[in-house]
Amino acid sequence: MDDDNIFKALADPTRRLLLDLLFQRDGRTLKDLQAGLAMTRFGVMKHLKVLEDADLVVTRRSGREKLHFLNAVPIRTIHDRWINKYREREVTALLALKTKLENKD
Amino acid sequence: MTDNGATIQIYRIVIKATAQAIWDAITKPEWTERYAYGGRAEYDLKVGGRFSFKASAETRAAGLPDEMIVGTVIESDPPRKLVQTWHPLFDAATSAEAHTRLTYEIKEHAGGVCTVTIIHDVAGAPTVAGMVNGGGDVGRGGGGWPWVLSDLKSLLETGSRM
Repeated sequence: MDDDNIFKALADPTRRLLLDLLFQRDGRTLKDLQAGLAMTRFGVMKHLKVLEDADLVVTRRSGREKLHFLNAVPIRTIHDRWINKYREREVTALLALKTKLENKD
Repeated sequence: MTDNGATIQIYRIVIKATAQAIWDAITKPEWTERYAYGGRAEYDLKVGGRFSFKASAETRAAGLPDEMIVGTVIESDPPRKLVQTWHPLFDAATSAEAHTRLTYEIKEHAGGVCTVTIIHDVAGAPTVAGMVNGGGDVGRGGGGWPWVLSDLKSLLETGSRM
């Protein structure tokens, strides 16, 4: 899993919409996903491929159908890597400021 | 069990480790106590064998039962595939629901990396579905499978957890 692939995949409104559609209801076919978008099947396929390459979408066969599933794990790892870290620093800075202000007198 | 997408949740991560190391980290208690919820997984790895996930000291101190999750092994193909039932006992809502079906798939790729895929069929278990998807607060145990896999990756790749 490559951070560049994930950020690239997320940097497009149609792909984010596809993730939202899968978040609402998981395990959907291409046809089903296409119905929610004003786009050709080929266009949707291309976007799903980018999401698959970033591991944000995982597919499985069920009989004749190919189902698309949202994989939330890369978003978790990005969150841990890029968001938690800075949030902690912010909290620490605020705590330091509080201690400083309270100890002034 | 029908393969209906609506009740299936899928989680996948890439880990730089051997399939055997990942298999051990999932099935051996001395490994499972080192990441995520930190409990001890005890497996009898044969068809029909018992699975039991025992609470960590910290979890027990919080008033939760010793036996947190139970299940039965359906298929064991080390170090590639493990299929089992999975039934949490630590609160009334989840223990009242149907037993769920959990599959681990480990695939080796070039470059010494593996993909680990968790396929959790939560048919008949809506509370379990909401609990394992990772939408909750990690600090309160709501990290679910995304957090478990992310922590497993950290442990195997760096030798320590997140």
